[in-house]
Formats: sequence, C-alpha cells, structure tokens
Amino acid sequence: MADPSMLIAARDLTKVYTMGDQTVHALSGVTLNIAEGEFVAIMGASGSGKSTLMNILGCLDLPSAGHYALAGESVESMSSDQLASIRNRRIGFVFQQFNLLPRTSALENVELPMVYAGVAAVARRERAMAALQQVGLGERHSHTPSELSGGQQQRVAIARALVNQPQLILADEPTGALDTQTSEDIMRLLTELNRAGMTVVLVTHESDIAAWARRKIVFRDGLMLQDVAQPSASTSVSPAAMEPAR
Amino acid sequence: MNTLAALRSAWRALAANTLRSILTMLGIIIGVAAVITMIAIGKGATDRVKEQMKGLGSNIMLVFPGTITQGGARLGAQTGQSLTEDDALAISLEVPEVQVAAPVSRTAAQVVSGNANWSTSIFGTSNDYLEARDWALASGRLFEAAETAGSAKVAIIGQTTARELFGDADPLDQVIRIKKVPVTIVGLLDKKGQNANGQDQDDVVMVPISTYRNRIQGGSGGKARRIGSITVKVKEGQSMKVAEDNIKDLLRQRFKIQPNADDSFTIRNLTEILQAQEASSQVMTLLLAVVAGISLVIGGIGIMNIMLVSVTERTREIGLRMAVGARGRDILAQFLIEAVTLSLIGGAIGVVLGAIATWAVGHFAGWQVSMTASSILLAAGFSGFVGVFFGFYPARRASRLLPIQALRYE
Repeated sequence: MADPSMLIAARDLTKVYTMGDQTVHALSGVTLNIAEGEFVAIMGASGSGKSTLMNILGCLDLPSAGHYALAGESVESMSSDQLASIRNRRIGFVFQQFNLLPRTSALENVELPMVYAGVAAVARRERAMAALQQVGLGERHSHTPSELSGGQQQRVAIARALVNQPQLILADEPTGALDTQTSEDIMRLLTELNRAGMTVVLVTHESDIAAWARRKIVFRDGLMLQDVAQPSASTSVSPAAMEPAR
Repeated sequence: MNTLAALRSAWRALAANTLRSILTMLGIIIGVAAVITMIAIGKGATDRVKEQMKGLGSNIMLVFPGTITQGGARLGAQTGQSLTEDDALAISLEVPEVQVAAPVSRTAAQVVSGNANWSTSIFGTSNDYLEARDWALASGRLFEAAETAGSAKVAIIGQTTARELFGDADPLDQVIRIKKVPVTIVGLLDKKGQNANGQDQDDVVMVPISTYRNRIQGGSGGKARRIGSITVKVKEGQSMKVAEDNIKDLLRQRFKIQPNADDSFTIRNLTEILQAQEASSQVMTLLLAVVAGISLVIGGIGIMNIMLVSVTERTREIGLRMAVGARGRDILAQFLIEAVTLSLIGGAIGVVLGAIATWAVGHFAGWQVSMTASSILLAAGFSGFVGVFFGFYPARRASRLLPIQALRYE
C-alpha cells in the first residue's frame, strides 16, 4: 500500500509505449517516495524516462503498471475528469515554454486554474493579484505575455502554479528557455517557495540547476540510477531518502 | 467552467483573427440576410395577394362577352354575343349556388360639379355589385328599387371622386353632371384602395344600370340592354367550380350554342386566380427559404472548418488548460461557445443587413415587403443552431485530446 505519510508514493511504475511493432519501456519499475516539503531534482538525458515519470507524477498520464498515490489518493484507476480535478487542486505546473495564453493579461493567465476550480470572479481576481505580488509582478498584472520578458513570463507561470494552493509544484525544465541570470532568479524563487513549505519537483538536464535542489534523482533507461541528498546553497542536508521517513 | 470566462476567451480568440473570423461569418451573414429578405419579400407578396382578395370580395367570378371569329381572325374579348341585363338576372335566379349576379357596364367620362371637373369611371350597375364586392357605404344610402328600375338620376361615388370634386365637403345631396346629365349623390363608398392592376378603385361614380342605359350610354335601342360584364358572387360554402359549370350551361343554353361549338362568353374566376397567385408566392417563399437555408448550411461548414483549424492551432493551449484542471467538457463548452458566438454575431450582422436589404427592396423597387419578428427569431435560432451543430465536432475533437500529447504538440 501507498505510504500515507508521503506526498508522492510511487511503486513499481512501468510505462510501455507501443510504436508500430516496437515496444518502448519508458519506465521499467520505478519506486519513489517524496515527502511533503522536499525539493527534488530529477535528472537524466533525453529518453531516460524522466519526462514520462513527470507526466505520471503530474497526473497527466497513467502508468502501464504499478501504483501511484498522490497525497494518499490512488491515481491509477481514476477517470480523466477525476485526474483533471486532482491536477487542479493538488498540482501546479511550470513548463519550459511557460505556456501562457497569448493576448491575455498576466492576471487572467493566473486566474485560469481558479476558473476551472469554480472560484467566483471577485475572489479569483484577489487571489491572482496576491499570487502575482508573491512572484514580484504585482504592478505588471495587466501586461500580456508578449509585453513581458522570458523571466517575467516564467514568474507569471509560477504564480499560476501557486494560485490554487497546490501541494506540489512540478517544474519541467523551468529554466530551459532562459539565460543564466534569469535562471538563477527563477531558481531562487522556487527555493523560496520550497522554504515556505511547498514541495517542488524539478526536471532538468543541467546539473547546476539540479544543484539548487536538496535531493537529486538521476534516471537512465527508465530506471533510477542514483538518489542522493545534496547540500543546497542555503540549507543543510535534508533527510530525504528512498526509504519512508522515520 | 464559468460562462463569462468562456465568452471572454471566445471573444479574444475571435478578435485575434479578425479578418478570418469575418470571412468565416460571411456565409452565415449572407444566409441570414437572405432568409430575412426573402421571407420579407415573400410575406409581402402574400400579404398583397391577400389584400387584393379582400378588396375583390370573396368567391367572385366575372362573366364577359366572348370572342367572335371573323375571316379566320379571332377578334378579341367582348366582341361576341352580348351579355344583357337579362342574362345577369337569369344567373341570379337559376343558378342555385349564386348569391348575387350584378350587371356592370362602364365607361370613362368627365364629371362636373360647379367649377370642379374630373375624369372618372362611370359604372352602371345595381346594389348587388356592392354586395358582391363586399363594398360598404361610408355614408348615405344604396339605390332604391324604384331608382334602379326607373332610370333615376342618382349616384353613389367613390372616395377619390368625392375628394377631387368636393374636397373635404360632404358630397351627399350634391348634384354632379355626367355627360351633361345632372345626378344627385345619394351615397359615398368606403375606401377600397388599389386593385390588382394598381388602379384606384375609389375613382368611380356608380349609377343605376337603367340610368346608365337610358341617359348616359346612348346608342340605338336594340343594343340598349347590352352590358359589359356580370359580376357573380357565389354563396359561402358553395363550390366555385360547380357554380362556374352551372353558369356556363345556363349561358350556353340561353345563347343556343351547339354542343361542339366554343363558348361565346368567358368566365373568369378571380378568386381562383388570386389563390393560385398566393400559392405560387408561397412556393416562391419556400424555395427562397430553402436557398437561404442552404447558404446557412454552407456558412456552418465554414465555421466547422475554421474551428477545426483553431483547435489544431491551439492544441498547446488546450493541453495547458487540461493541465491546470480543465475537464473534457470544459474544453467542449469553450469551443462550442466560440462557434456559437461566431455564428450568432454573423447572424446579428445578417439580420441588420437583411433589414437594410428589405428596406431597400421596398423603397427602391417598390415591392411590398413585410419583415416580421418571427423571421428574425427564425434566423437567429437557425444561426445559433448552425453554430452548435457545426461547432460540435471540432469542440468534441478538442475535448478528446490527451493532455500530454496536446502539451507537447508543436
């Protein structure tokens, strides 16, 4: 059974794709626990299975076999509507390409998850404004993505990820489209969020980005190669481990 | 998902591609404008025929003298055996379906009253004619029996004649001269308006048939009882066809026409003609509505096409919306609302254009048009339906995208 004390409890996750007459094992039995409040970097070359894992952890995709429980809820038997609701309530996504709605103000972009959560318009506005202030873009709320820099766009995306008060932020190469200085700003923002108690899972192939996390998991060929705690620039080594805590 | 947010996002998506949206709407715009205009024109034509039928009176038949053939050439209507007042009397007495049969003779003549004069139609007839035409008096009285029989110098005049001769003054008991014959006006007719040929039916002076025969028409005694036509009104609920056949048999008998010879008279069933006109204008309306409906369908296909393009273009947006919690039905609703918005805006523009076109047709071509609220509702309902019907497939396609594939779509 899934460990209820873990935010993410995944056991023997397998994902098999059939491409023509070829079967590809994107994940071949991955067991992974992540506790609340952790800051985890998932590394690996392309094709290592890290993106597949990310999709499954983000409830965007279901495993071919194995079990996955998010915050104690078993996900693998859920309908697509239930998965949508889980994503809406528990997960905030940050993408490499930001994925903001074009020609739409920062404020409305941040409001989007709450639209699907059924939050009333006035409350939506207030909460979106607060989230934008949290990422330091309060006065740019009426700008559309094309009027914002890459770093600012990613901040809007992070505000959008935060606004429904999720338990988990999944960042898929969040700095992949940004320069070094801006990347550092974004990583600092994610670190701050983590320090405030948010669980952050980061997928990257850059080790200097992964170095911001307190736990690093390396993937190769659909298997976990390495799972180590690492000192982060600002915090002591976390006790995060593969084994259930305590 | 909240409808207002969906509407705003639909508006934004449509405004982002203004030209494309307008071109897409064009089909609906033209379709709706066509529906509105065609229905207005068709309705106008039907109304006009109905008015004419009302003006004519119901169940009316006209009997004219027929043609004769002389030296191989047919000489045209009313050259043949004359109808007489006696034929009219015979029809009204011997054909049971007939309510009244009024003899009518007419001529054009100058009418003078004081220093006013006016050229008008002089009708020699009887009260039966007014009954047949459902034509009431505005004031005054009908002819008395003695007047009808005794060549009394009395007249009943139409509204136009009264206005031209007397202005706003009361024409009753005034004396007018028709071809130097002074007659006293005893009645003023109600307004009747134009007939099917656009003639003013109120431009008329009616005198008793005997007065017409003896005092106005002149001519030799032998032809004296000849009349121009007989207006027949068939009783309510009786078959026009049977009445027509009976009148024909009676007249053939009276004129002693051989069984294989042509009729020497013509019976024209005006009600039937107008009914046929009405039916054909209805068929026309229907055909035009079908054409307009087809253009709406084509407009709908345009919407479907552009919505499919839009879904493909915005696959990543759909993926993102799904990632942040949109369910399939939220995406379905969003794209459906977008398609319906597109078609309803097109429909609204089409209604405005249709109204302008209707006005233009009425104003410049002079056709009678009648735009009704129901045709606007029909067009609006139709365009909304087109939006839902043709927007559904693209919207469903969007809603069935898999989030990971949509997010990764390039």
